[in-house]
Amino acid sequence: MTAPAQTRIFPVRRQSPLPKRGGRLGRPGFLAYGLLTAVLLGSAYPLWWSVVLGSGTNATRSETLPLLPGGNFFANAAKVFDAIPFWTALGNSLLVSSIITLSVVTFSTLAGYAFAKLRFRGRNGLMVFVVATMAIPTQLGIIPLFIMMKQLGWTGTLGAVIVPTLVTAFGVFFMRQYLVDVIPDELIEAARVDGANQIRTFFHVAVPAARPAMAILALFTFMMAWTDFLWPLIVLSPTNPTLQTALAQLQSGYYVDYSVVLTGAVLSVVPLLVLFVLAGRQLVAGIMQGAVKG
Amino acid sequence: MTSTLPRPAAPATDPEAPRPPRGRTDLTFRQRLSRFDVKASPYLYISPFFLTFGLIGLFPLVYTFVVSMYDWQLLQGQGEFVGFENFANVLQDPFFWNSIFNTFSIFLLSSIPQIAVALVIAAVLDQNIKAKTFWRMSVLLPYVVAPVAVALIFSDMFGEQSGLVNNLLGLIGIDPVQWKHDTLASHFAIATMVNWRWTGYNALILLAAMQAIPRDLYESAALDGAGGVRRFFSITVPSIRPTLIFVIITATIGGLQIFAEPKLFDVTSAGGIGGFDRQFQTTVLYLWEMAFFRGNFGEAAAIAWLLFLLIVLIGLINFLLSRRIATAETRIDKKRTARRLRAHADRASQGLVGEGAGVEERGNR
Repeated sequence: MTAPAQTRIFPVRRQSPLPKRGGRLGRPGFLAYGLLTAVLLGSAYPLWWSVVLGSGTNATRSETLPLLPGGNFFANAAKVFDAIPFWTALGNSLLVSSIITLSVVTFSTLAGYAFAKLRFRGRNGLMVFVVATMAIPTQLGIIPLFIMMKQLGWTGTLGAVIVPTLVTAFGVFFMRQYLVDVIPDELIEAARVDGANQIRTFFHVAVPAARPAMAILALFTFMMAWTDFLWPLIVLSPTNPTLQTALAQLQSGYYVDYSVVLTGAVLSVVPLLVLFVLAGRQLVAGIMQGAVKG
Repeated sequence: MTSTLPRPAAPATDPEAPRPPRGRTDLTFRQRLSRFDVKASPYLYISPFFLTFGLIGLFPLVYTFVVSMYDWQLLQGQGEFVGFENFANVLQDPFFWNSIFNTFSIFLLSSIPQIAVALVIAAVLDQNIKAKTFWRMSVLLPYVVAPVAVALIFSDMFGEQSGLVNNLLGLIGIDPVQWKHDTLASHFAIATMVNWRWTGYNALILLAAMQAIPRDLYESAALDGAGGVRRFFSITVPSIRPTLIFVIITATIGGLQIFAEPKLFDVTSAGGIGGFDRQFQTTVLYLWEMAFFRGNFGEAAAIAWLLFLLIVLIGLINFLLSRRIATAETRIDKKRTARRLRAHADRASQGLVGEGAGVEERGNR
């Protein structure tokens, strides 16, 4: 968001006019690749280590730097399914994250379009309000939210997890920033001249143009909802958890079998790893376009 | 923008009104409808956001203050009005100050190394490397691991008896560290979790800013004899300053709200309230304990408001500090550039330098 408009697109391959000699601006050398490899190992090894220990025996644990997985993964996975309602939790997380994503993307696109392209009284003031609320951590309101949910009788239900995240100020800001550049005013004018009313203009001009940004916002909203922990921990019961709160239960009690805990952690990472493999490029592009922490 | 302004008389757009209407009162039904459409639509589009946000975002924040004024318990509900007594209790509570200390300690241990390393990674990724997408994705891998899973994995890695970290330290002859009992060591372990998940993410944000720096800036600096390190500190860092400030501020806001990591680090010893001696209890974790473990909503609401004020305060200090640094650097830069321009002109007049584009570019900054 702070980066200028040029950063929105991946850079054109830049050719250095300087020769490689002296290593000035030519291709980077051994040091750069060595550093990147070290970062890659540091990123990946904790996950691999969890797989190795989750599938190993007690002997694996006493190795200094275990590298090869054992054969106990499925046995430990069965223990995970015994200890926590894993499949319920997975279904709950999918449902909660999908509804939140749908709602955030829809309302953010609507409001973002209005802020970017329509003129109305109070527009600037309201936009300042949106930007200001972005910095306020909404989780500081958990106590009144809990009181509200309790009075509505929603505690323990998925609705209590979904409702407090139905809209985000960040989503509106993100869509506004994108649409303000991407839709030419002439296009809206043309739609008007052709007799399209406002809502038709929105669906036929704004939505097609907004699609790439909607996809990125959807990805990040989904991840945010999926990884949320504090609020589901407060309002949900252990029998009807999301994946994150279920996972945390694995570690409660006085005796903790860490092989089972790690197996659970690995299982919980799989859905987002799949997302990462399928949409990793879009995640990278989204962050580089200014899809900031939200 | 003009396209969406309400137009009282727009005969050309309406084929069903052959005679142009003379005044506002002569508008056909269709035109009235169209005018209403143009005027009301924006509000219709933004209202779902504002209504919902008011209810789930703004109202709870304000109502937290109301709760903090009452003796309010989880089970009994609203009690007597007590004014600022809850705030007074919290401010006299050593556990509160302990949690503030822990939050700051963990925050400093995570944000500073995180941003420094992210800068280095971004600078490397900004070079003309092969398989760009692959490397970019590889630094983002930890981001898809949820904080809960990160906490579970790392609390095992930082195990005191046979954890991976102590095993590795043993290889180089260091005695096992009490990661869960020692205050500073536990802060280090929790900061490591935060760093692991967020460094790559921040590196990509910084990388995006670096890509916007014109390449010829680097090339002319190189022609002038500036080495890689010099170019990094004299061109890269000043150019990405706004993004850097942004990253620092978001890291601050996030860092003051750490919850899952200390909650799940060493659950066995104290039921997840941040260590047997609260040696790594953060303020959000203390807020959770006060509200849902002890059931004292009144004091918990006071903690929430104090934390909110603290976040705003730190954000403000951050902003002012980075502005001051920015202006101070610009002043130095100007002097330096002027000096260089003179030196360059001298050399140019002696025929030592062919082109002066680089220096001029830098002077424009």
